Amino acid sequence: MKKSINILISLIMVAGLVSCNDGGNQKGKKGAQGGLATNAAERVYVAPGELDEFYAFMSGGFSGQLGVYGLPSGRLLKVLPVFSQNPENGWGYSEETKPMLNTSYGFVPWDDSHHPDISQTNGELDGRWVFINGNNTPRIARIGLESFKTEEIIEIPNSAGNHSSSFITENTEYVVAGTRFSVPVPQKDMSIKDYKGNFKGALTFISVDQETGRMGIKFQLIMPGFNYDLSHPGRDKSHGWFFFTTYNTEEAHSLLEVNASQNDKDFIAAVNWKKIEEYVNNGGGKKVPAKYAHNILDEHTHTATSTMLTEVLTVNPMDVPGAVYFLPTPKSPHGCDVDPTGEYIVGNGKLSADLTVHSFTKMLDAIENKKFDGEAYGIPILKFEDILAGVVKQPGLGPLHTEFDDKGNAYTTFFISSEVVKWKVGTWEVLDRQPVFYSVGHGMIPGGNSRKPFGKYFVALNKITKDRYLPTGPELTQSAQLFDISGDKMELLLDFPTIGEPHYAAGIPAELVAPKSRKIYKLAENKHKYAVLQDSEVRVERVGKEVHVYMNMIRSHFNPDNIEGVKVGDKVFFHITNHEQDFDVPHGFAVIGANNAELLIMPGATETLVWEPKQVGVWPIYCTDFCSALHQEMQGYVRVSPADSNIELSWSLGED
Amino acid sequence: MKKAGIIMIIGSLLLLGLFKFPLWNIMLGAPQYPDPLGMDIYIQGIQGVEEFDIQNIDGLNHYIGMKTIPKVEDMWEFNVFPKVIGLMVALGVIIGILGFFGKVSYKWFFGWFVLMSVLGIMGMYDFNLWLLDYGTDLDPKAIMKLENLDGTPMTYKPPLIGYQKMLNFDVDSWPGTGAYMIFVGMMLTVVAFFVGKKEYKK
Repeated sequence: MKKSINILISLIMVAGLVSCNDGGNQKGKKGAQGGLATNAAERVYVAPGELDEFYAFMSGGFSGQLGVYGLPSGRLLKVLPVFSQNPENGWGYSEETKPMLNTSYGFVPWDDSHHPDISQTNGELDGRWVFINGNNTPRIARIGLESFKTEEIIEIPNSAGNHSSSFITENTEYVVAGTRFSVPVPQKDMSIKDYKGNFKGALTFISVDQETGRMGIKFQLIMPGFNYDLSHPGRDKSHGWFFFTTYNTEEAHSLLEVNASQNDKDFIAAVNWKKIEEYVNNGGGKKVPAKYAHNILDEHTHTATSTMLTEVLTVNPMDVPGAVYFLPTPKSPHGCDVDPTGEYIVGNGKLSADLTVHSFTKMLDAIENKKFDGEAYGIPILKFEDILAGVVKQPGLGPLHTEFDDKGNAYTTFFISSEVVKWKVGTWEVLDRQPVFYSVGHGMIPGGNSRKPFGKYFVALNKITKDRYLPTGPELTQSAQLFDISGDKMELLLDFPTIGEPHYAAGIPAELVAPKSRKIYKLAENKHKYAVLQDSEVRVERVGKEVHVYMNMIRSHFNPDNIEGVKVGDKVFFHITNHEQDFDVPHGFAVIGANNAELLIMPGATETLVWEPKQVGVWPIYCTDFCSALHQEMQGYVRVSPADSNIELSWSLGED
Repeated sequence: MKKAGIIMIIGSLLLLGLFKFPLWNIMLGAPQYPDPLGMDIYIQGIQGVEEFDIQNIDGLNHYIGMKTIPKVEDMWEFNVFPKVIGLMVALGVIIGILGFFGKVSYKWFFGWFVLMSVLGIMGMYDFNLWLLDYGTDLDPKAIMKLENLDGTPMTYKPPLIGYQKMLNFDVDSWPGTGAYMIFVGMMLTVVAFFVGKKEYKK
């Protein structure tokens, strides 16, 4: 305990030093940060009716969702529900979407979403899909960028704290998900004290079907019991490799803040996934029992299915010689970032004052010439000096993440000294630094995680806002800050609040996504089991205690809108099809006393809400989305009779 | 009369464009419809400019009690017009060929033009009658029954040609590609007449 206090004190002291150096004028600059002194306001102003230049997909953090923002305006365009229930549109409440949140632990209505990554082809953003990880109950989701809808979620077995995820290889061959917490593999009842040598860290490679986007676990690499914190794919010359930062190579199981901060260096694990892929394709690896859910939302049935899988292919790194190496990296590196050329691998040692950059070429050379510095659990450790490309000296305190522009510059975020530092890749010279408000985590440049960054803006994703906005009690928003990085110096243009805590974000030029954004679902392609495509199919059916209402809706009525014969104790399924085929005409559906949420049904789609009436009476239903001039008239009644009543089911529309 | 005959044949063949291109186009824009809804009127029927435009126009029109836009089977015109055009093309080509071989006088070319003009005017008259009926014969149970300032019931006849503001909609009604093709084709038959006359004088 004493040790931890000492460390804290020294951290605070250094933080103080830094802020004396350059933080002293932070407050004073506040007014000047606004736009009028420069023309910052003009540069972020997207006039009414004009559109933003970039989409920014920003993790919703502990909201479990994905925020979609426009840049440079910073306007929130939409919150896409992913891992958490969303009463606003019935995600996770409707019968169709409930299976999307199914896991081996049962229905899990929440998660902590962290790192979105956009699909790539030849190392360039292609705008097909966004992937994002659920950190708490390990899962990876795929969001389709035509519908902006979560189309698939796969659970990751043998993982815990799915944090070094979800990063994709440069042709979207794999989505990679590493475990932050090592655990017994397979899980078993054992003493926590026996962690060392017994717990394992699974690094999971999920293959992606290039046509459908469907994910499947190709293999899990079962690594020593370190904490696998973040990862990035090699690209261009280093394509075929994947790099994972580790901390807690001490393998501590308690008071990690001290006990996992003892080693002078931890590792970046370099994984030659092409080699392992070849091994696996030739029948290598061991199939082991595992239980994990694979959930798919079908675009035509508008319905999700959840399949429980029972087996996963594991690979012991020892069985594939030359597939895994450790790159010693100072002091509990957090972010692991690869520059657009694929040559430099940046280890952001969060407790180090320097930034360590490894060279991919030197790494290959060290491997070839066996320049090893021992091994850990049989995995060769490369000699630090032999793979080092350079060190960015004293750039700041608490480096977390590095992002790249298209002009050979890198931008590293510093949590403790609360700043972004721009430096030159290759000369390691610091070019500029800007304070952020406050304590930045990730940074994002659109395409900054690809071979082809669009180096116009840098977005700082901040953990703390304190006095930056009007106070809202103890619980405050987090924020993003937009910098113009087109010139030599970074220029702060704008800050804006975010949904949840933004971890990583992924940006893409709007022109790669907007033109193919879907406007409606075609009714003719609706294959939902309970869809009513013709008015003649409208009906209400009883199956024991279940009542199925086959309903449709179009401006401005439900068909049917009067239903009788429902009884207390029934379970009523409202299967509702939106017959609109016009852009931006969703209809909502709500029923009094429903124990779940509403439905928000897009044109051409069918969704189902369950209602279990508990009281005798005549109960209204209504449309929740102001759909038309006659929206207020879009309503109906359900008569609920006593459980023992013998009133037959009947339904009608427009009858006197 | 070789040249005149060829021009006559080309002119009448241009009418075939009506089977491929719309005769008329009506676009409806409104604040909520930055991408306007539109219908293309062909001699064989009416189609939406975009896939669901007709359905969406009908959906809006039901508020003010307008009838739905007619399907092919609802109007005899969509059956008869293609036949008339087909016959006129055949007739024009035959006259052109006969003219080419000097079997008929150039005056036949003008005769064809006059007949086509009469048919065209009748067609436009019929089209306007439909627009009138469509815009004025409203459902008495219409959701919105609007009145003009003078207290007469508001009607919704789209303009035969040109622009008109109707409630929240900007309505544009203009000839389509097919109409321009008939126009050019008919002009060519007139040219054929004069060229034939000149050739005859030689």
